[in-house]
Amino acid sequence: MSNLVEVPVNPEVVQDQFVVYKKPKTLTDKPLHYCPGCAHGVVHKLLMEVVDEMDIQDKIIGVAPVGCSVFAYDYMNIDMQEAAHGRACAVGTAIKRMMPDKFVFTYQGDGDLAAIGIAETIHAANRGENMLVVFINNAVYGMTSGQMAPTTLPDMVTTTTPFGRDVKTMGYPLRMSELLAQLPATYYITRQSVHNAVSVRKAKKALRQALEYQKEGKGFCMVEFVGNCPSNWRMTPLESQKFVEEKMTQYYVVGDVKVPGGK
Amino acid sequence: MGEIRLMKGNEALAEALIRVGCDGYFGYPITPQSEVIEYLSKEATNRTGMVVLQAESEVSSINMLYGAAGTGRRVVTTSSSPGISLMQEGISYIAGAELPCLVVNVMRGGPGLGTIQPSQSDYFQATKGGGHGDYHLIVLTPYNVQEMVDFVKLGFELSEKYRVPAMVLADGAMGQMMEKVELFDQIPRRTEFPEWATTGKPHDKERRIVTSLFIEPEVMEQVNLRLQAKYRQIEAEETRFQTMNLEDAEYVFTGFGLGSRIAMKAMELAREKGYKVGLIRPQTVYPFPYAIYRETAPKIKGILDIEMNSGQMVEDVRLAVGDKTRVEFYGRMGGMIADPESVLKHFEKVYLGVE
Ligand SMILES: Cc1ncc(C[n+]2csc(CCOP(=O)(O)OP(=O)(O)O)c2C)c(N)n1
Ligand code: SF4
Ligand SMILES: [Mg+2]
Repeated sequence: MSNLVEVPVNPEVVQDQFVVYKKPKTLTDKPLHYCPGCAHGVVHKLLMEVVDEMDIQDKIIGVAPVGCSVFAYDYMNIDMQEAAHGRACAVGTAIKRMMPDKFVFTYQGDGDLAAIGIAETIHAANRGENMLVVFINNAVYGMTSGQMAPTTLPDMVTTTTPFGRDVKTMGYPLRMSELLAQLPATYYITRQSVHNAVSVRKAKKALRQALEYQKEGKGFCMVEFVGNCPSNWRMTPLESQKFVEEKMTQYYVVGDVKVPGGK
Repeated sequence: MGEIRLMKGNEALAEALIRVGCDGYFGYPITPQSEVIEYLSKEATNRTGMVVLQAESEVSSINMLYGAAGTGRRVVTTSSSPGISLMQEGISYIAGAELPCLVVNVMRGGPGLGTIQPSQSDYFQATKGGGHGDYHLIVLTPYNVQEMVDFVKLGFELSEKYRVPAMVLADGAMGQMMEKVELFDQIPRRTEFPEWATTGKPHDKERRIVTSLFIEPEVMEQVNLRLQAKYRQIEAEETRFQTMNLEDAEYVFTGFGLGSRIAMKAMELAREKGYKVGLIRPQTVYPFPYAIYRETAPKIKGILDIEMNSGQMVEDVRLAVGDKTRVEFYGRMGGMIADPESVLKHFEKVYLGVE
């Protein structure tokens, strides 16, 4: 906005005690290619903050999907592999089996995880692979410009549901967290969002929790994010956050879906 | 001298996988090669700590192979024709990401679900691409149980030398037959891994990325040029074949794997009848030994190529010899296996005019 004035900063006088925010050191300096307001960027940052805090940059291997976050490895300054569309859970499984003492996570969109790759997802979960799945549910295929995903809400308009998703012929949105929570080998399944400051803080805790469980060898953990896709939802970033709040989280209720010893 | 055993091809191959110091096997059962995963499930983990994982599909197996190979481990998957078809996207990714690993195809008859009987009809798929993009696998074709063992070791060595995935292109007959085999001694599993492997970013070094994505065409072309340069080097240095009786040969029988074995027997029958027949048997079909055919062609009256397919390798033979000699083909399809007597009859008919 126009009433913001650029204040030149003299690095000499920037002192640690005045720093209120800095980017995690495990994020590279490469400018993110994500659209303004997209959840992907926020989740990248949270994940790398947790890696920093746990001091595991040298012990973690990430798996990028095919989707808007295909270039996650450009931003996350850790060893990474880029999996074929939908196969991140198979790739992650094998990395972990080869190196059980390392941390492994996959980072996947809803098309990747819940459509083309649903078999790999369910079977990795069912085997209780000791890894973390970071799942970005933005209810569309972001990368290929906004087609229907298995998570698209009923009546939601996308480029392949121009008249809205008709559940009679196109099926119902999949609630992956609830689905996977039923499997005995899954350990911790939680659904989070990053559409406001409070949820961002909670989301980070969930990621940390999941990686702590992995450290203890507890098994399969998934943190689902109710994300957004302002570009393909044809909304401003702010409108998209409102849509998350009012529509998405109605269907995809935020909170823990499966916790150790609990529900 | 290594240990001698009488073994079924699939089991010998599985035993070789353990002895070669494999770190991981990922596979999905399919006839005629399910003995491999069964043998490994029983033997491997106890003996070497090798990971043996039954995947939910071949799509999953091949992508597990990608992930495991990306950690610099010695890893393998085995399957048969329909399963190998299902793997093609993943094989292309592995080729693009330049990951060494071994894929074994114990071929059966097709197309479609086809038959569980032996066939050689995946030659085109194995040697000319299979998946999308300009890539090659190093393809080794065993013609007996001994080579089922030897090519496991050779396959890994070549694959790791070039960072090009290798394939053992066997068939149901090789997988199911029992023969005497000499096994090499146990090679310990590796404890150190290549620089490029994703094993966790070292503090003092750049992170490693395993990917086949190069979005800028200028870069993608450079990657392709590098791959092609490797393929040219492989063609120049790694072509392997065997010849027999070429010295006085007037005719040459040829074939790969099972086909070459039948060709060999037919050659013996021909020699008994006084026909001067020799043999060329490619062991690598990518790289294909074009030169030996080219050199031999002007000295002979014709080649008879024997394959358990409609005539696939014969295209490469024809490419090699041009119009320098005549090339005829004898094949059976759909799981039927040629017998040496019929091969000989065909030879007499087409080349000697004997009805
Ligand atoms: C085998 C295959 N099929 C289709 C595609 C095309 N494709 C790329 S990304 C994508 C969907 C991505 O959507 P999602 O997983 O939800 O990720 P998002 O971009 O929304 O984060 C599709 C269909 C592909 N790359 N590979
Ligand atoms: S297309 Fe959607 S998911 Fe992709 S970066 Fe843009 S807003 Fe994010
Ligand atoms: Mg999506």
